[in-house]
Amino acid sequence: MISVQTDDFDPAAEYQALRASGAGTGAIATFTGLVRDSGDLQGVTGLYLEHYPGMTEQVIQGLIDQASERWDVRKARVIHRVGRLDLCDQIVFVGVCSAHRGDAFAACEFIMDALKTSAPFWKKEITGDSEHWVEQKASDRDRSQAWD
Amino acid sequence: MNTETLTVRFFARLREELDTESLEMAASPDLTTGDILAELAARGGPWAQLQGDQPVMIAVNQAMAKPSTPVKAGDEVAFFPPVTGG
Repeated sequence: MISVQTDDFDPAAEYQALRASGAGTGAIATFTGLVRDSGDLQGVTGLYLEHYPGMTEQVIQGLIDQASERWDVRKARVIHRVGRLDLCDQIVFVGVCSAHRGDAFAACEFIMDALKTSAPFWKKEITGDSEHWVEQKASDRDRSQAWD
Repeated sequence: MNTETLTVRFFARLREELDTESLEMAASPDLTTGDILAELAARGGPWAQLQGDQPVMIAVNQAMAKPSTPVKAGDEVAFFPPVTGG
């Protein structure tokens, strides 16, 4: 299931929902991304996140489908927030249920790495007196391409 | 959806710098997304960056596309900077 939303989310509740995926699940891997105080700029006080409604959900579903072809994925959950976020706010959640930990770790990391370079979201960093659209990082492209 | 035109959408830094969220363009035969980029870049000013040094990502009907991707009337074309979510 995929949610793109302005509202915050509860990782504990999401984990419990993933646990209910059935007795075949032996491993759950989750990732949560937060707003950090330094990115392209120092002294970041918040972010603004824009997305392409419709395409975003299609791209993420495609990533879950790819993960399900490569690994044992019994259930996957992706939540991504948009709009104005403050320091330390939660941005993104990825959770994957698998029979074994290797598949859960790999599928969760793949979805997160591929999301960063293919899902149409854009971050704008906000500091005390300026705003800056974040540039895509070569290190993020490398991490995503490493799964090819 | 007009049968004679297509919609072009812009996001993030491009949307701000072009001061345009979307526009309608005539859909001529044998048109590609690269043709649209060239036509818009010819407007000059901030539009020139559509064929500048910075990469521009392309989507057609909400799927990633290339400059060689053909487009037709009724299509939704989008141009945007490399994505930075997560």
